[in-house]
Amino acid sequence: MRIELSGTRGSLAAAGPGTVGYGGDTASILVTAEGRSIVLDAGSGIRRLGDVVAGQDRVDVLLTHLHMDHIQGLGFFGPMFDPSIEVHVWGPGSPKFSLEQLLSRYLSPPLFPVHVRELSSVVLHDTDPGSFELGPVTVTTDYVCHPGATLGYRLSVNGTSMAYLPDHEPALGVEHFPEQPEWTSGFDLMAGVDVLIHDAQYTDDEYAERQGWGHSTFDQALDVAELCEVGSLVTFHHDPGHDDGMLDEIAAAIATHPLPFEFVPGRAGTVIDV
Amino acid sequence: MRREASMTQPIELILLRQWSTYQAIPVWLMDAEGDLLFYNEAAEAVLGLRYVEAGVIHANDLAELFQTTALDGSAVPTEELPVVIALTQRIPAHGELRIKTADGAGRHLHITAFPVEGLSERHLGAVAMFWEEPIP
Repeated sequence: MRIELSGTRGSLAAAGPGTVGYGGDTASILVTAEGRSIVLDAGSGIRRLGDVVAGQDRVDVLLTHLHMDHIQGLGFFGPMFDPSIEVHVWGPGSPKFSLEQLLSRYLSPPLFPVHVRELSSVVLHDTDPGSFELGPVTVTTDYVCHPGATLGYRLSVNGTSMAYLPDHEPALGVEHFPEQPEWTSGFDLMAGVDVLIHDAQYTDDEYAERQGWGHSTFDQALDVAELCEVGSLVTFHHDPGHDDGMLDEIAAAIATHPLPFEFVPGRAGTVIDV
Repeated sequence: MRREASMTQPIELILLRQWSTYQAIPVWLMDAEGDLLFYNEAAEAVLGLRYVEAGVIHANDLAELFQTTALDGSAVPTEELPVVIALTQRIPAHGELRIKTADGAGRHLHITAFPVEGLSERHLGAVAMFWEEPIP
């Protein structure tokens, strides 16, 4: 399994000289395994992944949720307009609307020139908690703590696994975090994975002002990684206000503590082989 | 899509548990099988049990721990209890009952229960809230 971080930013793209190191594009990563390509989320980082998967006959895009920073790149993903590539888009609907109806609010005029129904090679899948197979890859998904229907994903293949919870606030309302596993959002998805890509948007001070917004602090991400006994933690969904200098400082501070897992600050362009 | 055995409670129940810990009124949180997964501090006082000591109470043990009658002391059919209506009929229900709790005390309670219907059409359990009426 190979994991390539393309977009690591949260909330809003933040291009500029201060974010070159960690990247300014919003959430999108590519997982490849045994010739299968799976893209996780379709933030602005998905655009360059279109070239990477060109020439394949199928690509699957797993959306965690439909906040703009996770879907805004979908209309700029080349394979969406290439009839020789089947694009399967998976993501949560809502109690009243299908995934297609919800995505159409963005992928339709006047917000976007092309309507999603005009993209003949795109297949949309309303996704519920559970497991399904994409070739050799087992995908397990469940709802996690974030405003609105939001899925986390676990991908497993040949005894290796990774989990992706880019927008996740498992500490919400918990007096003593982390709670025991049974009462920790997303635990089953994250438990024992080789690589956990997890929300670490806020500092402790920022979180104090933004509880309930659906994101974690660096310390909470570290706590949840330890609870879940992961092999490595990739911090992700960087706040658009955090520049490279600030993120480097936080990473350096974390690196001074002994951790029971590998700590990987999530930088665009990072490739992880599992 | 298959659903595998899970260790983690559904997010809807996790959030309800967290919500209940911020409520001053007694709250029960039950899963779809009728097991009492969690009750808050206010419920501990009414029920005479501490959650950290008792933990999850299975549905079969609930009737033994909390003997329920009508206010006049007559028996109430199980299927008419508000929590049972919420769990089995998946509709809200309200009742006024007398219970004898684990610590032997008799209590006059108003009980409102409602089903927990999660995303993806999952029936996940029920919530019951209690108001205690002083017994003269």
